Amino acid sequence: MTHEQFEVLSNQAVAACAVVYFLAVLANFAQWAAGRKVAEVPAQVEQPVSVGGGSVAPTEAPVADESDRMELFSRVGVALTVVAAFLQFVAVVSRGLASDPVRVPWGNMYEFTLIGTWVVVVGYLLLYRRYSLSWLSPVVTSFVLVTLMIDVLVLYTPVVPLRDALQSPWLVIHVIAAIIATGAFTLGGMCSALYLVKERWQRRQQAERESGQEGPGSGQEAGAATARRSGGYLARLPELAVLDRIAYRTHAFAFPIWTFAALIAGPIWAHYAWGRYWGWDPKEVWAFITWVVYAAYLHARATSGWKGRSAAVVALVGLATLWFNFVGINFFFGSGSMHSYAGK
Amino acid sequence: MSGPATGYEPPPLRPGELARWTWRQLTSMRTALILLFMLALASIPGSVVPQEAVDSLRASQWRDKHPQLTPVYEKLGLFSVYNSIWFSAIYILLMISLVGCIVPRLLVYWRGLRRRPPAAPRHLSRMPQSRSFETDEDADAVVERARTLLRKRRFRVEVRNGAVSSERGYLREAGNLVFHLSVLIVLVGFALGGLWGFKGGVIVVTKDSFANTLSQYDDFRAGALFDPANLDPFEFTVNDFDVTFIREGREAGMAHKFAADLTYRTAPSAPERARKISVNHPLTLGGTDVFLISHGYAPHITVRNADRSIAYSGPVVFLPEDSTFRSFGVVKVPDARQRNGSTQIGLEGEFYPTYAFIKGKNGGPFSAFPDAKNPAISMIVYKGDLGLDAGAPQSVYALQKKGLQRVTSADGKPVRLDLALGRSATLPDGLGSVTFDGVSRYVKLQVSHTPGQKVALAGVVLALVGLLGSLFIRPRRIWVRARREGGRTLVEVAGLDRSAGGDLSAEIDDLAAALRPPTSPTAPPAGSAQLSSTGSTTSGESS
Repeated sequence: MTHEQFEVLSNQAVAACAVVYFLAVLANFAQWAAGRKVAEVPAQVEQPVSVGGGSVAPTEAPVADESDRMELFSRVGVALTVVAAFLQFVAVVSRGLASDPVRVPWGNMYEFTLIGTWVVVVGYLLLYRRYSLSWLSPVVTSFVLVTLMIDVLVLYTPVVPLRDALQSPWLVIHVIAAIIATGAFTLGGMCSALYLVKERWQRRQQAERESGQEGPGSGQEAGAATARRSGGYLARLPELAVLDRIAYRTHAFAFPIWTFAALIAGPIWAHYAWGRYWGWDPKEVWAFITWVVYAAYLHARATSGWKGRSAAVVALVGLATLWFNFVGINFFFGSGSMHSYAGK
Repeated sequence: MSGPATGYEPPPLRPGELARWTWRQLTSMRTALILLFMLALASIPGSVVPQEAVDSLRASQWRDKHPQLTPVYEKLGLFSVYNSIWFSAIYILLMISLVGCIVPRLLVYWRGLRRRPPAAPRHLSRMPQSRSFETDEDADAVVERARTLLRKRRFRVEVRNGAVSSERGYLREAGNLVFHLSVLIVLVGFALGGLWGFKGGVIVVTKDSFANTLSQYDDFRAGALFDPANLDPFEFTVNDFDVTFIREGREAGMAHKFAADLTYRTAPSAPERARKISVNHPLTLGGTDVFLISHGYAPHITVRNADRSIAYSGPVVFLPEDSTFRSFGVVKVPDARQRNGSTQIGLEGEFYPTYAFIKGKNGGPFSAFPDAKNPAISMIVYKGDLGLDAGAPQSVYALQKKGLQRVTSADGKPVRLDLALGRSATLPDGLGSVTFDGVSRYVKLQVSHTPGQKVALAGVVLALVGLLGSLFIRPRRIWVRARREGGRTLVEVAGLDRSAGGDLSAEIDDLAAALRPPTSPTAPPAGSAQLSSTGSTTSGESS
């Protein structure tokens, strides 16, 4: 195949994977919708229970139908996501093969976003079984779909060879580390965001329960309250402690990689390419800010009074600085940053 | 806060107490967190306002554009945020807080290293994770097996009063301490570079030489403790500069594979060596690095007086203005002669490597391609006083037009010289002539010496290692107790995870299963009805 054919293949694969992601989003939303009727998952293990040979089967006999349907949609959603991730992988690889000479497929924002979203999906699929992530499926697939759409509509750039400054083995090391860390931080941020949503929902529930005891509200209000109490999707999210732990582990995985990308590989490359290892270039400043904020997140989790909600907020602030560094610096500071060629 | 006047008032803090209170506050985790946020916030202005040390050209342009804000910004140090007092204050406070936090923990850790695992709590079932089962085996046998099993899992084990205490993951805290101490090492490396380092820029036209002395630099920034006598005495000549511009396709006009051919000596008496330098491949001479930053054109321009004597001749560095290498430059001729006496001449204009012209109102000359295919210059001529005698330093890339007036032709129109390569033009009023003799390329080099680079790198790598330890080593304590009760042996297993994100349930389950008698054919598979468990085992996760 010629380089031009690979470029066409890459574009077609992006389109195809977007379609499959869309189907996956539908399946995941269907799973979500089916779950609305199912009562809150029982067996929040508080008291000693017998640990049988198999798993603890939730006793949901009256709504078993919906539960089966949920399970089915969930499986379809994951299967479609696997297919889409494969197509996206084809798009990424052929993007690299489309260049003459062949190069790594992360030379500009379009390619960075393409492979970054792929990392998010792969991370989610790898952790799916271990953390039973079916509750994360709607969030991941819709996030990836929307980001890919923006990528194609706004950031698309035809394949061009790399500039001299980018022709370095450090491009491979520095950028891939940054991409993996960005993908993992994004996944962690999703968990932290869900933590905040669920935490708020639980607090409201608690407040309603208390006010409900004081006096009966109007019929409509009570109905809404009941609906919220049984609440489909939020009730299906794991307990706060588990959400917090998954978020923490994802961040703890990403943070050393980010440290390596931004504070080791980046400076080494900057030394060779620009003659200084740290120059407070806007991109460097924001990479540093992101690092500091995530360091604060790790601290916050170990500081009394900051655990839980505040830590989750810090994690989201970190994610905001990370994305701002990626998008904002290139668009608003373009000419002022030596990293501007990473843009369009 | 209003209270009865006669109410109890705490006695004022004595200086010693106040100091201790301040120290406690400063070294608390909460303060460290707040300082981290302040550091992040304080970094932001440096990415918004152009920084003197990063891009002094943009900084001075910004100053020109905002005359009212400039004095305020200068007072606040916003043009050099990372050297400002307030930024320094934040990170110095952070470092003090860090030291104050780490030193006591070092001592605690040192003592804890040799400590035995703590004795088993009385009520193991109240631990976050616990399991219990009954067996007919002898209690001592179970304890012994637990001891061996935990040893194998690299726990530090001790048996006391029929119970096994064990602990592992001591290195987590070590990693944590290493990480924090490494931050200090990085800071030391950074400071070394900032105080003793320098960074200079120089433009060298091909065939020209450069010797590493202060006077040869176009711009030079050095740390407070830098001594110019310590400049390495190297010198080099830029023999040639190669660049290939892609000629067709989407990326036409993009420069690639550019490299400068150098011959250098590390000292005036040292033998001469040859070397190519390019982007990403600097030349290292002793502790000093020479980097190729960018390149451009230097047209050779000769200005002759009316009597054909040469008033000025040589290559003039023009600064590229866009990706087609349309470049801007000036020629200053302080010793020109006019028929009726001496004057000074200034030329200002553009160089086009591949000259092209569009006719019409909005048209004009432009460069069609960045390579020197059809070079031409287009200059406006001034005469009068260049302002060089005033003594104030002047940019070599701009004319000071205060004492200059445009030279006009006989019909009153200002003179513009459009010269192709090798062409001359005669100036009116007996000012002589201007010739465009040839084109050289020049390279912009950065010469820098940054001591402490390796210290900083070692610091960050060490920090990363420590970080990995502090994040992924899971300190945990496990206890196993076996005692006879009603003719059978009651075995209790309990654990405590001391890390931030740990989940011990799987390991406790494992251990409990392994402690069950090795041969019990009637026993159901793992986890019989006899085995009871407590703890926050949750349906959401199984790790």
